Parts: sequence; structure tokens; C-alpha cells
Amino acid sequence: MNSKMPIYFLVFAIISLVLGMCFGMTASFQYVMPEFLKDYFPFSKLRPFHATSVIAWIILAATGSIYFFLTYVEKFKLFSPVLGKLHFIIFLLTGTAIYYSYTFDYTEGREYFAFPSFLMIPILIGWILFGINYFKTLYQNMRGWPVYYWMWGTGIAFMTYHLMEAHFWLFDFFRLDFIKDFSVQWKSTGSFTGSWNMLVYGISIYLMSKIKSDTNVATNKVAFFFYFLGLTNLMFGWAHHTYLVPTQPWIRYVAYGISMTEWIVLASIIYNWKRSVLKVEKENHPMAYRFLLATDLWVFLNIILALLFSIPAINYFTHGTHITVAHSMGTTIGINTTILFSALFFIIHHLYPQYNTDRKWVKRGFIAFNISLFLFCASLFAAGVKRSYWMYVTKVGAFSEMEESMVIYYISFFIFGIGIFISLVTVVFPIFKMLLLKLKPGK
Amino acid sequence: MPVNSKPYLYAIAFLLVTFGLYNYVVYTTESYIAVEKLSPQAVKGQQLFQSNRCWSCHQLYGLGGYLGPDLTNVFSDEKKGPLYIKAFLNSGVKSMPQFNFNEEEKEAIVAYLKQVDETGIYPNYDAKIEATGWVKLKYRNE
Ligand code: HEC
Repeated sequence: MNSKMPIYFLVFAIISLVLGMCFGMTASFQYVMPEFLKDYFPFSKLRPFHATSVIAWIILAATGSIYFFLTYVEKFKLFSPVLGKLHFIIFLLTGTAIYYSYTFDYTEGREYFAFPSFLMIPILIGWILFGINYFKTLYQNMRGWPVYYWMWGTGIAFMTYHLMEAHFWLFDFFRLDFIKDFSVQWKSTGSFTGSWNMLVYGISIYLMSKIKSDTNVATNKVAFFFYFLGLTNLMFGWAHHTYLVPTQPWIRYVAYGISMTEWIVLASIIYNWKRSVLKVEKENHPMAYRFLLATDLWVFLNIILALLFSIPAINYFTHGTHITVAHSMGTTIGINTTILFSALFFIIHHLYPQYNTDRKWVKRGFIAFNISLFLFCASLFAAGVKRSYWMYVTKVGAFSEMEESMVIYYISFFIFGIGIFISLVTVVFPIFKMLLLKLKPGK
Repeated sequence: MPVNSKPYLYAIAFLLVTFGLYNYVVYTTESYIAVEKLSPQAVKGQQLFQSNRCWSCHQLYGLGGYLGPDLTNVFSDEKKGPLYIKAFLNSGVKSMPQFNFNEEEKEAIVAYLKQVDETGIYPNYDAKIEATGWVKLKYRNE
């Protein structure tokens, strides 16, 4: 019998997602009414809760899916089920400790890692255990890996490295040199995102190859070309986040050059669009398939946005505005979350082949989700344009006046945030119920 | 169909070596602008900036949260400056929480923002957009 460990990861991933959205909605309300609740739950308290929870959603869901694919679908014997369990327990305890530290304001860390830095140690141990288990398992079972195995391995290795890099500031060698420290901080957060993207995009290729029953998508030379392109961007492209920070100019030249290689990705998406959509066998996986279609659309929109503002001349105006937030919401929700939902539906089908996921409310939720997300990002985009106009064109008026003039966009951002919440909960509820059923003792 | 992994392993090895060298250079080169190392007082200010999560609302060089204004040059702004910063800290204006910093802590935060200010300018209006899409910024040392 298979271990329940992957299911535990998935169940806690969904819990993190729902909690994270609740924190996010409460926090975003402060954009609408800045003084509301601020004595009890200031924005600065809610934001780390929100960011950590939604990142935990992506990471736990990706980890759980990978463990699931390896053990349930590919039927590999895990190198060590005990290490797998330990990995889960360490993450669960550390997550609890992080929530505790946020509640009682032990937040000496930095953006995205606000918790006390020593909590990084168990997180790193968790990743190392995952790495050992992953490479040992595949080493015993596979020769000639399809591209997704490379991507997952890369994701695990780089995740471990960049989580460490995000804490280099603890050393005076970095900390005392503000510009170096600051750019290494944003290097690490950029590449941290790149590392989980390796895990999640690997999952999307895995799903495509399974849903289409076509292994070629994951073994052909083109797939590997894009893997290497992505890896090069992960390593050297981060500095497009810091074009306006006075780092050595060559770092930024390199990042500009590397970032522009993503045009190839865009060209290939457009070129392959029809072909990839038509070949799918969707009968068995209607919802997994729909979510991957949504991924396609969001990749397309986001890559155009990302390419444009990786050009320094455009970045100059968009940097430091909500346009950046529109992009990060578009990618984490539009791309990462749709892929992970596709994975969840695929997993449910694997666990319960008879269970029909193609239900009326699930489909409605799916449509409402995409519409809400579009309007959510559009509100942020509009707010960003307005802020940029204030920063670079009119340059007059106090910050508070500018903020007040944007309230209308914040209201719509808040409302469509609720829309995303309701629609995702509608979609995820049946999945969650079925996963819980598997955790019952004796099942 | 199994994949022949050898060429891919070489490609990874090559990328990793390049990445290692690249990181080494990024971590060890001096900043573009020669500025003094953070003083112990500024380090204390940075710690306060972190433990009170100022970054969740404020940006430095446009990086951070967007609920409050960017603080890169609040120190040298003619209309703002050290007294203005101190006045804001315990004011609890708008969404900003009501902090209770003592004089020493306020000084530390000001010392930090002063040293951040010395590193450069943001938003930098002295910018020339070039035909290649590059933006040439005028820095403090030019
Ligand atoms: C919950 C969000 C929030 C947090 C946390 C926060 N601030 Fe603010 N801060 C604001 C807002 C909003 C304003 C603008 C108020 C206005 O102009 O109406 C502001 C204004 C300021 C200003 C004046 C800037 C200017 O250009 O006018 C300074 C200085 C400042 N904050 C420093 C800090 C420091 C230091 C911390 C951490 C100890 C901090 N803030 C934490 C929201 C926040």
C-alpha cells in the first residue's frame, strides 16, 4: 500500500491556500479603508501571514504532487518513506512556528522570510531530505530522464541554494555594504520564485505527457532546449528586478540580454498553440485539461507583460508600481495555481477513477475564477499606471492624495479578490473532501 | 523512449560552473557607488526596519510594499529630512501603525535611512532612454 504522506502534503497545501486568501482579503481591505482595524491587524502584520501562506500553498502542493506522481503513478519505491514522513513533519512544525512568530511579532527577517532566521534551518533540512529521497529514488529507478525529472531535481537543488542566499545578510560581509546586500536579497527572492517555477512547470509537462498519453512532449529536444533556457534565466536573469538599483552595470546588461531570450518562449507558444490544444485526450481528465488550458492563456498574457517590463526603458516606468503586483499575481495565481489545480484533479482521478469531477458548480467556479482573476489583475494594472503617472509625469501632489484618487481601483481589486476566493473554494471543496476521505484510518 | 542524458549532463555542468563564477563576482565586487559601510547605529536602524516590517508598506529603490511612499531619498528631500522622519515614526498616520520608538531608536532609523540615501537616487529623473531600450541613469558619483 502506498504511503499517505503525499496526500498529507496536498491537504495542508489546500488549507494554506484558503488561509492565505483570507489573510490577503483582510489585508487588501486596508487599501480601501486605511484606518480600519489597523490597531488590531495592521497591514504589516497581515502581509507576512498572507505571503507565507500562499507560498506554502505552491510549495506544499508541488511537493505533494511530485511525491504522488513518483509513488502512486510511476509506482517507484521511494528510497526512504521515513525521510518522506520526516520531511512532512518538519514542514508542518516549522509552519506552525512561523505562524506563532508572526502572531507575536518575532519578525526580525526580511520580506518573504520575516520569521526569525533560525527557522530557516529546519526548512533547509526539509529540502535536503526531499533532495536525498528524490535523487536516490530516481537513481535506482530510471535511466534517461524525461525533462520533468530534470526540472524537479533542478527546482529542489536551486530552492535549497537560494533559500540560503536569502539569508546571506546575516553576515556582515554582505550586510554592511547596502547595495550589494540589497541586490543579493532581490537576486535570491527572484531565483527562489524561479526555483518553484521549475517544480511547477515540470508538473505541467508531466501532466501534459500523461493526459495526452504522449511521452514525446517530455523527451524531445525542444523540451530540453526550453528547460535550459529557463535554467539560464533562473541563474542570470534576476537583475531585471533591480535595474534601478546602482549595482555594477554589467550585471544589469547580462540580465537584460538573458531576459530577452524569453521572446523565444513567446514565439513557440504562439507557434504551437493550435497543435498542443488539439492533440489532447480530455475524456478522462476534463477539469485537469481545462485548468491547463487556462494556464496557456495566463502564460501568454504574463509573458508579454514580463517581456515588456524586462526592457529597461519600460521597466523605468513600471518598476515600483502595482503593475509589478499585477504580474506577480498573474503568475502565481494564473500560472502556478492553475497548474497545481490541474495536478489536483489529475490526482483525484487517479485515486477515484469513477469520481466525476466535471460538475456544474466546479465548472462555474472555474469560469468565475478566470474572470475574477482577470479583473483583479486589471485593477492592479490600472492602479499601477496611475501611480506611474504620478511618479514620472505629473510629479505633483502628496502621496496621500494620490492614494485617495486610486480608491476606486482598490475597491475593484478587493471585490475581485473575493471573487477569486469564492470561486477557488467552490472548485477545491470537492477535491478537499475526497482527499480527506483517503486520510481516514483504515482506508 | 529513454533519453540519452550525457550531453545534458555536460550542459548542466557548464552552466553550474558559469553560475559559480558569476556568483563569486557578484558577491565580491565593490558596489558601483563608493559609500561608507553601514555604521553600527545604521545596522540597528535596519534591524528596527525589519522587525517592525516597515518594508511591508514602504519601498527602497521601488522594492517593497506599496501602501506607503518610497523611502530611498526621504532623508535628503528638501521638504522632508531627519526631523520629518522622526515626526512620522510615532504619529500613526493613515494606515501606518502607531509605533513607540524612543529617541535612540528614532536616531537609529534616521541613521539607516541616511546611509541608504547616500547610495543613490530613486525615482531618478536624470535618465536617458537609449535606442537599445537601455536607460542611462545619472548616479551620485557621476
Ligand atoms: C501599515 C503600513 C505602514 C507601515 C508598517 C509603516 N508605514 Fe510609514 N507610512 C505609511 C503610510 C501610508 C505613509 C504615508 C502617510 C501619508 O503621507 O499620508 C507613511 C509615511 C511614512 C514616512 C513619511 C514618508 C514621506 O515621504 O512622507 C516615513 C519616514 C515612514 N512612514 C517611515 C516608516 C518606518 C521607519 C516604518 C517602520 C518602523 C514604517 N514607516 C512603517 C504606512 C506604513
